[in-house]
Amino acid sequence: MSSTPVLLDNAQKIPLDPPLSKGEAEGREISDKILPAMLAGILGLVLLYTAGFAEAAQVHNAAHDGRHSASFPCH
Amino acid sequence: MFNLTTFRELVIAALWTGLLAGLLLTAVQQIQVIPTLLQAEVYEEAAVVAKAENGHEHHDWQPENGWERTFFTAVANISLGVGFALLIGSVMCLRSRPSHWRTGLLWGMAGYLTFFVAPSLGLPPEVPGTEAVKLADRQSWWLITVLDTGFGLSLLAFAKTKTYKFFGTVLLVSPHLIGAPQPEVPGSAAPAELAQTFISAAFFANAIFWLAIGGLMGQFYKKDS
Repeated sequence: MSSTPVLLDNAQKIPLDPPLSKGEAEGREISDKILPAMLAGILGLVLLYTAGFAEAAQVHNAAHDGRHSASFPCH
Repeated sequence: MFNLTTFRELVIAALWTGLLAGLLLTAVQQIQVIPTLLQAEVYEEAAVVAKAENGHEHHDWQPENGWERTFFTAVANISLGVGFALLIGSVMCLRSRPSHWRTGLLWGMAGYLTFFVAPSLGLPPEVPGTEAVKLADRQSWWLITVLDTGFGLSLLAFAKTKTYKFFGTVLLVSPHLIGAPQPEVPGSAAPAELAQTFISAAFFANAIFWLAIGGLMGQFYKKDS
């Protein structure tokens, strides 16, 4: 219990971030949101292509029932 | 700079979502989708044997019926689940709203409409042995329909002006006005009732799949802003 006031004291000593300029805010939006979202989306598309559309016979045969069920054009 | 933490959170949430939704779909498929498909395959094989007199056919590897086949179907379902979950996660990340399983369900419904219902209106889920036009033509129509439906629904849901919403409606209906590529002589080795059963079974199984993907992704991918 005695550690709580210490933590609070430390928290008060941490300086607050200065407000972001417009350019910095935009940069942060791109690095925190847009790039990770785009990369996740691309990764998703690669997976969907492999499981749903890749033509290699082995991949097709393995994923056959899944493709039919998902109504992906097959054969 | 690239925020690796955000990316990692997205991927981990999508992996869990895809795993659970894929396993759920595999279970649901056993009720009607797979039994119907296997029945249709008996007709398809009979038709193939009748056609090929000279048995010089080259056979690629395919999983043995039974557990092996179910295992690979589960792997395919999980891959599709993770892929779809990553797409939903991507739009959740871009929208500046906290995610929740209830908002996730809405995304799941949008995904179901975009990736399953809209293309299935023109190219219904097919049992093996159904006559169809060239694969590339169907894939193109499928892709255009999915893109149009996705953009169209986004405009209807998020656009502020009537013009954009009208444009969204045009995108939604245009692939169906143009029409999907259909064979000149439609037909199937399997009886029509079997094909019909497969269609309704697939509509049901995919609805469960998409609601699970949306709800789970909304639950697992928590973001603050």
